[in-house]
Amino acid sequence: MSIEILMPALSPTMEEGTLAKWNIKEGDTVESGDVIAEIETDKATMEVEAVEEGVVAKLLVAEGTENVKVNSPIAILAEDGEDASAVEAPKAKAEAKDEAPADNGSDDAENDDEADAKPEVIDYSRPDASDPEVPEGTNMVSTTVRDALRDAMAEEMRRDDTVFVMGEEVAEYQGAYKVTRGLLDEFGPKRVVDTPITEHGFAGLGVGAAFNGLKPVVEFMTFNFAMQAIDHIINSAAKTLYMSGGQMGCPIVFRGPNGAASRVGAQHSHDYSSWYANVPGLKVVAPYDAADAKGLLKAAIRDPNPVVFLEHELIYGESFDVPEMEDWVLPIGKAKIRRSGTDVTITAHSRMVGYALKAAEILAEDGISAEVIDLRSLRPLDTDTIVDSVRKTNRIVCAEEGWGRMGVGAEIAAVVTAEAFDYLDAPPARVHQEDVPLPYAGNLEKLSLPGVDDIVKAARAVCYAE
Amino acid sequence: MTSKRTSKTAVSKPAAKTTKTVAPGTAGKDELLQYYREMLMMRRFEEKAGQLYGMGLIAGFCHLYIGQEAVVTGIQAALEEGDQVITGYRDHAHMLACGMDPKGVMAELTGREGGYSRGKGGSMHMFSREKQFYGGHGIVGAQVALGTGLGFADWYKGNGKLSVAYFGDGAANQGQVYESFNMAKLWNLPVIYVIENNQYAMGTSVKRASSETALHKRGISFGIPGEEVDGMDVEAVKRAAEKAVKHAREGNGPYILEMKTYRYRGHSMSDPAKYRTREEVDDIRSHHDPIDLIKKRLIEGKHATEDELKALDKDVKAIVNEAAQFAKDSPEPDPSELYTDVLVEV
Repeated sequence: MSIEILMPALSPTMEEGTLAKWNIKEGDTVESGDVIAEIETDKATMEVEAVEEGVVAKLLVAEGTENVKVNSPIAILAEDGEDASAVEAPKAKAEAKDEAPADNGSDDAENDDEADAKPEVIDYSRPDASDPEVPEGTNMVSTTVRDALRDAMAEEMRRDDTVFVMGEEVAEYQGAYKVTRGLLDEFGPKRVVDTPITEHGFAGLGVGAAFNGLKPVVEFMTFNFAMQAIDHIINSAAKTLYMSGGQMGCPIVFRGPNGAASRVGAQHSHDYSSWYANVPGLKVVAPYDAADAKGLLKAAIRDPNPVVFLEHELIYGESFDVPEMEDWVLPIGKAKIRRSGTDVTITAHSRMVGYALKAAEILAEDGISAEVIDLRSLRPLDTDTIVDSVRKTNRIVCAEEGWGRMGVGAEIAAVVTAEAFDYLDAPPARVHQEDVPLPYAGNLEKLSLPGVDDIVKAARAVCYAE
Repeated sequence: MTSKRTSKTAVSKPAAKTTKTVAPGTAGKDELLQYYREMLMMRRFEEKAGQLYGMGLIAGFCHLYIGQEAVVTGIQAALEEGDQVITGYRDHAHMLACGMDPKGVMAELTGREGGYSRGKGGSMHMFSREKQFYGGHGIVGAQVALGTGLGFADWYKGNGKLSVAYFGDGAANQGQVYESFNMAKLWNLPVIYVIENNQYAMGTSVKRASSETALHKRGISFGIPGEEVDGMDVEAVKRAAEKAVKHAREGNGPYILEMKTYRYRGHSMSDPAKYRTREEVDDIRSHHDPIDLIKKRLIEGKHATEDELKALDKDVKAIVNEAAQFAKDSPEPDPSELYTDVLVEV
């Protein structure tokens, strides 16, 4: 049987090319790997190698021919023992059309389906779960956020011996911010692993360990340093489940303080909320109080997906009540209404929740009733709770500590505009950091970061109460 | 025509340590035949992939392994079940070596439902938990840190298994490789680093990219032993791999194997390969081809006749053709697949 040699596509975009030169003539014997021709594409001149072996029976396209379509026959080989001179040139229409997937008859219909299948509104995952009931009479223990996080890790490590903690200074030093205090004593150096200063490396190592059956909790001393590791967080942890058709889950938690600390300058003060919340394949959690910190970190460790857990250095030391319950686990993806109100909705996460609550108190003195929503989770984002609230209050202020451009508040404003447009009595307002790297000088830093007053001002503005 | 490729232009010999003799190794008939078959399968598979790419059935990036077959064949022969394997984007042959089905690999290349990732990964992103193949990674060097993590998990579990992280001479200059070396030795993790030095990182030769071109020495400052191996001789590869495996499995930590090898094709399909001469490629192909070498050993050792090997070639071709047919016939993924596998449902 004779073999047709087709004009090859030599780049992802090539549709036709020039057959610049034949290196073979009729009657030659070719072996796989021999260079048979040179072809000019739009980008370069490429050599074409034979894939099959045989005797060249016919050259169908003359040297120098331009615009030779990809997949059209350019030569014919006679196979083992076949008489090359007896081989017929094919009829002109022999383009290998039916080989190309796009030309399958049934495909058109499928493409239509595809257009229909695309949802018009962003389909945020909407968890039905709600916080567990705290039975009456439950003992409430005043706990710092720092200790609540530690308790969450310790409880999960007791429960599951594949859970381990790794990071810089997590073991012998007891944690750069003392979040892992006591873990080394209880669990030993194999499960509380001090790493070298090597964020890219240990983030990748953690992801590999998660692929191979462990549940790593990777601490970044701050999320600023995770920029060195962000390739593994996104390309390796977040995308691999999808790229593997669902085979390669990655149960890992990346945690550590995020955002501004105090007078530490621009490189140690970045809020990454919107960066990570932009990425499908991740869950992103940013709790405010100690009870949420504990319940959500336990949930994050049990979650079969990669979770970015954003803490805040400036609230590590704050104390809140934590219910003394055997297994305090909260659902990821559910916002919490921290204060009910009727005139304006304020959304916030992490440390900004505290500011929003203070702002609500001040607003109450003016007779403005603010509803404060603690987002808790940025991905999935609980848009139901936000939209329901706006339908009631008709106004919204989105507060966040990071920069505003392309930020969390921008996203919430877009969602509210799309889903509750007719309910809005004022354009959504945003409160965020000034659009500059965070300065060191005390006065400038204060001017740059959003505070209680900014929220109050924005709320008054949307209520037209200046 | 065939005389063209034996043109004796002076070329640098990238695989400098390659022995030209056909000195028989230690492998017996069955082992040699197994190597021959496996390497031939990889080559025919890649040739077919190149062909399908030319026909527009495979799109995007497609990096062929032709010329390097002895490396993965020799290493895998020294592993035991349960050991993990991870590599970069030139990954088709590694999957075949791990025992993955050629049909599923080819169908992933064509982006079809029958592919290992149901068409959602492509050439560079395929996985098989069942065969302990952990990808298929498109970011150069990422597999080194990930592979170290696979080994960390083995160490943590104390299961006696190890991981093999394959990477190229290009990846060997990535910072995370050295971060990984450091941790692997610090904790004595059971990881074997296989540097597939095929002489060119895309279009940049090792000399133009590396201040120290002896890549097996890259572990010295971490206390990791390294060895240069003729990566065109599968038996030499297997012997080196056995040594490395023993070292790692006995708890002595990581080991580096630098495989001197060569890729015949361009970096990817759209690479005109103008950074090296045709003569250089032809010289390696004619004098150092890993499949020809084993073929000679089989024939000269009277383990097989030309006809027997031809019949074997025919079998392999049939399997590859069957895989190609499957990859053409398998339907494109259902549009609903667009939204699945983003997160594991809780």
